[in-house]
Amino acid sequence: MAGGFRVLPLLILCSLFQGILGEEHQPNRPTERISGSAGDVLEDDPVGRLKVFVYELPSKYNKKILQKDPRCLNHMFAAEIYMHRFLLSSAVRTSNPEEADWFYTPVYTTCDLTPNGLPLPFKSPRMMRSAIELISTTWPYWNRTEGADHFFITPHDFGACFHYQEEKAIERGILHLLKRATLVQTFGQRNHVCLKDGSIVIPPYAPPQKMQAHLIPPDTPRSIFVYFRGLFYDVGNDPEGGYYARGARASVWENFKNNPLFDISTEHPTTYYEDMQRAVFCLCPLGWAPWSPRLVEAVVFGCIPVVIADDIVLPFADAIPWEEIGVFVAEEDVPKLDTILTSIPIEVILRKQRLLANPSMKQAMLFPQPAQSRDAFHQILNGLARKLPHEESVYLKSGQKILNWTAGPKGDLKPW
Amino acid sequence: MKPSLLTSQPSRRGSHRQVDSGLGGEGGGGAASAAESVFRSPTAAFWIVLHGVCCVISVFLGFRFSRVVFVLLFSPSSTTTISSVFTSVPALHAAVTNTTTTTTTQMRAIVLASSPPPPPPPEAEQNSTKSHVVVGRHGIRIRPWTHPDSEETMRAHWIIERVQREQRLQHGVRTPRPLIVVTPTYARTFQTLHLTGLLHSLLLVPFPLTWLVVEAASSRSNDTAAFLARSGLHFLHVPFPHPMPEDSRYRRTTESRMRLHALRVVRDRGMDGIVVFADDSNVHSMELFDEAQRVKWMGAISMRILTHITGLSTSRGEDHKSPVPIQGPACNSSGHLVGWHTYNPLPNTGATFIGAGKTVLPAKMEWAGFMLNSRLLWREAKEKPDWVRDLDEVGKKGEDIDSPLCLLEDASFVEPLGNCGRKVLLWWLRAEARYDSNFPTGWTLEPVLEATAAANHSARIDASPELPSNSKLTAANQDSRNNNIST
Repeated sequence: MAGGFRVLPLLILCSLFQGILGEEHQPNRPTERISGSAGDVLEDDPVGRLKVFVYELPSKYNKKILQKDPRCLNHMFAAEIYMHRFLLSSAVRTSNPEEADWFYTPVYTTCDLTPNGLPLPFKSPRMMRSAIELISTTWPYWNRTEGADHFFITPHDFGACFHYQEEKAIERGILHLLKRATLVQTFGQRNHVCLKDGSIVIPPYAPPQKMQAHLIPPDTPRSIFVYFRGLFYDVGNDPEGGYYARGARASVWENFKNNPLFDISTEHPTTYYEDMQRAVFCLCPLGWAPWSPRLVEAVVFGCIPVVIADDIVLPFADAIPWEEIGVFVAEEDVPKLDTILTSIPIEVILRKQRLLANPSMKQAMLFPQPAQSRDAFHQILNGLARKLPHEESVYLKSGQKILNWTAGPKGDLKPW
Repeated sequence: MKPSLLTSQPSRRGSHRQVDSGLGGEGGGGAASAAESVFRSPTAAFWIVLHGVCCVISVFLGFRFSRVVFVLLFSPSSTTTISSVFTSVPALHAAVTNTTTTTTTQMRAIVLASSPPPPPPPEAEQNSTKSHVVVGRHGIRIRPWTHPDSEETMRAHWIIERVQREQRLQHGVRTPRPLIVVTPTYARTFQTLHLTGLLHSLLLVPFPLTWLVVEAASSRSNDTAAFLARSGLHFLHVPFPHPMPEDSRYRRTTESRMRLHALRVVRDRGMDGIVVFADDSNVHSMELFDEAQRVKWMGAISMRILTHITGLSTSRGEDHKSPVPIQGPACNSSGHLVGWHTYNPLPNTGATFIGAGKTVLPAKMEWAGFMLNSRLLWREAKEKPDWVRDLDEVGKKGEDIDSPLCLLEDASFVEPLGNCGRKVLLWWLRAEARYDSNFPTGWTLEPVLEATAAANHSARIDASPELPSNSKLTAANQDSRNNNIST
């Protein structure tokens, strides 16, 4: 009789487990749960875990710039604009700065576009500096921590280094005033000046509606082995080759242009998105900067990304286990790319495809309007929430100053 | 960041470099200023001289000899970089056209004069990073044999096949049911032609398949058997006791009876699967077999009828329901079967015999677009619906057995497949040779074919095309064949 009593709670426990596991198993498409080094955090809900105060800056920092050039809404740097809009109507926004954990400054530094649509970063340091001067004089919260509980979105090529050329960007370094703030940027490379500790790396903006419009039925068989469309030589700026992409893209072309397994070319077809959905591997090599929207497109279309960029830090690296999802190839191993890809065991390939098929993976890479749960906006907030609570040491004692307001190139000190 | 795919981006960078790119005139002006700077610094003079030497070498070599070679030769860099740069130079020659070399060499001179060349790897950026990734010019690594390896290609194809199989498992059918493809056939000129086409379609079907070939009795019956033995499919060759009538008006009935005979075989052997009626002369889409997996009891798909009807242009479609006739289920907007699209033959034609210029036309309803669950035919089957008739009852008393709807008491239970009949998955086509045409056995020609054989043949054709009786024509055919073979 005693044994029977013991068995009963065991049975109840077992059935509970079955119930939980049964709920998690999706009957149609066996996908796998995504669990990064921070744990199973892609599905966390940030609402209630943090509060963000949005500074009211004059419209010359945001709205007027956007009015001058509405192309900023569609290019790959548009995350800064959409994040601002999201935060304005989000549940994490608070109008009481005393209870805020994080402070957001809406300044669109990547919206000064050339006629071709590429952003010029030359005024960006001055714009940022001017915004920080404004918030430090109008509100006391900047001086309280010298920006340690503030975050800024800097989606440009090399983040807050504000230059498109890597040598110049490294020379400039991150804007001095942002030394203590948290940067939310698309650029990520280990041991690089322009990525500071504690930054949150986000995916570049890719238009979600456009990608949704080009979806093809998932039972269309994947018949392309490796797919890539883009430049191999940047003839305008680097005619000899060797500078652009550190020679990696040129190496891909020279080694594999005769290989029928590699569907690579510079011709950009109208069926670009459809072709990606028919490919097993999609190359994501570096260009002038290591990141590109190709990663987002590959994840959304279920094509395994082959990342060729040494030391790159991919978006949400603590939440998404990129080594299990993508294939990483060192730049020096590019001539052996075909051997590497064909020798991946088939179970590994199928597992990567299952991980990519997980809808929370695709959601985490997108910036949909209006925002949906578990999308990139929420992952940014999750990342910010994981950095809480702030240490006591970030709060400066009165009179203590760390930042040097006159540091940096002379040109940056001019008012904007 | 990557440059826009549609436009390279010379303008943004070019406008902010000290040098403008790609403009020969500017280059010329720059060279003049470079000449002045020559007298200012000996290193600049050295580079100008080096540039001149390289130009001369390039003239002799025939491709652009880069000064970067000297930089790398005299720098403590790895040998692989050097070798790769050497191999990269001919490649770059392909990439950079001849016309731009002169202007770019001009531009390079200016860049070199104004700033030192990019330092070799060890020196770069030591002050700020400990990264092993360095900024600067890198070599383009090219392996010696840039062509695909056959082993790797095979492995890649195997990977692709496995991925596609996984895709089918996930999005397609979980447990595919075997198919039973029923084909009535008879020995005739175009039999091998039609059967080969059908065979190739069936070989592509990814499901387990049995090909049930019913053959009408004929004096030369080995052709079909030999063909099936070579086919490589799992087949069942069922002989039908009666021969195919010569008059093509009656062939249709015989074919229907052959199909019923096949269905009796399916029932008696207890074959399990989905019966698909495939005529040997039709063209099938692979999606048809995918749709067949979704049959519960009986399904129908749309079939397009390809006929050549003379005089069609005069009658402006008043006798036809659609420009190209389609047989198939008709659905209402909620996806339920409400009727049938059928082929409506013109009043004064109909199935005629195959002579010169006249072709066989389909009847109102063909067997071809239907497929049924073989359990419908079994005497005892679980959940067998009651709207199906007993197989032995069908065909008696001379009823019309032109379509499988004769098997059913109530035709409204047929499931419309292929997106409710909107997708055409089958094409009905009846191309046959003249009734008196001859062909060698097995379609292999003996090397000896003399002019006498041709003369005999043409004599046959001039004979009047009236309907001979069955036995006479069979004898005549046999005679001419014998003639051909013997000579």
